[in-house]
Amino acid sequence: MLQKKEAETARRDALDISGLSLAVSRSGTDVPLLAGVSVRVARGETVGLVGESGSGKSLTSRSALGMLPRGARTTGGVTVSGVDVLGADRRTLRELRRTRVSMIFQDPRASINPVRRVGDYLTEGLRARGVSSREAAERAPDLLDQVGIRDPRGALRRFPHEFSGGMLQRVMIAGALSTEPELLLADEPTTALDVTTQAEVVGLLKTMQEAHGTGMLFVTHDLDLAAAICDRIYVMYAGRIVEEATGASLFRSPAHPYTRALLEASPSVHGEKAVVKAIRGRPLALAEAPSGCSFRDRCPLAEESCAEGVPPYRAHGASTVACLRPEEVAP
Amino acid sequence: MTLTIPRLRAKAARGRRRRPLTLVLATAFLVLVAAMGLLAPVLAPHSPDETSLLNALAPPGTEGHWLGTDSTGRDVLSRVMHGARLSLLAPLGVVLLSLVLGTAIGLLAARAGGWVDAVLSRGMDIVFAFPSLLLVILSVAVFGPGLTAPICVLAIAYTPFIGRVVRSVAIQEGARPYLESYRVMGFGELRVTLRHLLPNVLPVIIAQSALSFGYALVDLASLSYLGLGVRPPDADWGSMISQAQSAILQGSPWSGLMPGIAVLLTVVCVNLLGEHLGGSISGKRSEET
Repeated sequence: MLQKKEAETARRDALDISGLSLAVSRSGTDVPLLAGVSVRVARGETVGLVGESGSGKSLTSRSALGMLPRGARTTGGVTVSGVDVLGADRRTLRELRRTRVSMIFQDPRASINPVRRVGDYLTEGLRARGVSSREAAERAPDLLDQVGIRDPRGALRRFPHEFSGGMLQRVMIAGALSTEPELLLADEPTTALDVTTQAEVVGLLKTMQEAHGTGMLFVTHDLDLAAAICDRIYVMYAGRIVEEATGASLFRSPAHPYTRALLEASPSVHGEKAVVKAIRGRPLALAEAPSGCSFRDRCPLAEESCAEGVPPYRAHGASTVACLRPEEVAP
Repeated sequence: MTLTIPRLRAKAARGRRRRPLTLVLATAFLVLVAAMGLLAPVLAPHSPDETSLLNALAPPGTEGHWLGTDSTGRDVLSRVMHGARLSLLAPLGVVLLSLVLGTAIGLLAARAGGWVDAVLSRGMDIVFAFPSLLLVILSVAVFGPGLTAPICVLAIAYTPFIGRVVRSVAIQEGARPYLESYRVMGFGELRVTLRHLLPNVLPVIIAQSALSFGYALVDLASLSYLGLGVRPPDADWGSMISQAQSAILQGSPWSGLMPGIAVLLTVVCVNLLGEHLGGSISGKRSEET
């Protein structure tokens, strides 16, 4: 019943990752990196993917482009607007990257060729899509204008080093949306920017995404930021999705002990001063995680039953959560 | 923003003016030598082959022969000017050929990795192990005298100089995230490598080429000195030195000294230029990080 419904929506979804498991072999032994990850992004929807470093969130977003580590073996499915990514050949993948999926990177300065002009960067994406060079040159100033860059014609002739980080990220956004993609992957797009610029860039990203009707997968480690802009949020821990909820409800009533610990670990400027609680232990990769629930070593609520197999997903409040006793997680 | 950028440009221009004097002199000398070679038919006071036995072995400063004459009375200045053509063109050919070969092999090795890299790198090491002059002499033995074969063989011998540097820089640059961003835009490896990686490796290639130009000039001059390169009556600096040997024994070293000085100064200037290019690149890199 549920699967049938999923199959129906798959055609409509910008991104549908279902039960993706990924392992690489390093010196003969298999190292699992992702286990049973399912992420869905509808068109026009903003979906957050939150987790610590090494939790596999970047890997998950890259799988939508078919960019997997060398020698990776996968099970499960990745579908981008109807195209099966894992089974696609090189040509289909390139076509997909040119036309349907765009990506915005963490550090814009490192992600644009430093010896080429900004104009070259913008027109290159358009021309790869078959737009004539004259038309691309005509459209480029409009693209920059849309992302709020003053004197767009002058900006096209400048080099990346003449821009600030925030401005350059705007250029990247303009480039990413120039091809009218159905899916936009934003891999920590504001981490390298300062806080005020961050707000501007996130606002711009959101406006542009809504205007184009693009589905966006917003990868970040900043739970507050994700809660502020995302319709739905997936929380990842050690290569697994541990909780899925709408942005607001995740913030109000986390259902997984890990989500709650994350929220408590970030300081708040509102309300009374509270002591920021660190999560004991360190974030683990899937390969080193304990049996059963990956989080049980660090979980304050862990019991013996947590070691018996990976907890199945269950609905709790507004969340879908992989925890045996979400009711004990106090809001 | 529109205000600050001209100011930045002005600063860059001012920095450019403060180049070291040696570099300015080196560049000026190279331009002079190149112009001399190019305009030799117009500028040279005499024909390079015009002999005048009455005037043989005139010392420098003689009227009409500012750098003196050689043992058959040919004007040394005119011969040095004409000799500049072959002496500069041949190494240029070597450098251009090895540049193309080395860049192609270096990029391929860096991008393909694995066994392709292993085979190409070991291949370059093997070529690198042979003294270039030995290979050139071997080529003359096989193909006979003339400059074509030595140029091609030297180009192969110098390919590792450029190829190894290109490979290592390309591997370093290849790890930078901007290449990934173009791959994400749906471009193939070839396009990403040629359009985006190559321009970032280019400064190193240019610097390395300038250095190998100096080596090639000396190698080719040595070849001509050994009588295996340029065939008379054509002259290059190496063959002039060779022909002047008997004159040196007769007590007039001028006719050999002048082309020798030309070789020496040209090589020193080219190396200065190459080292400056290489140095300014590594300086730029360290500023960036």
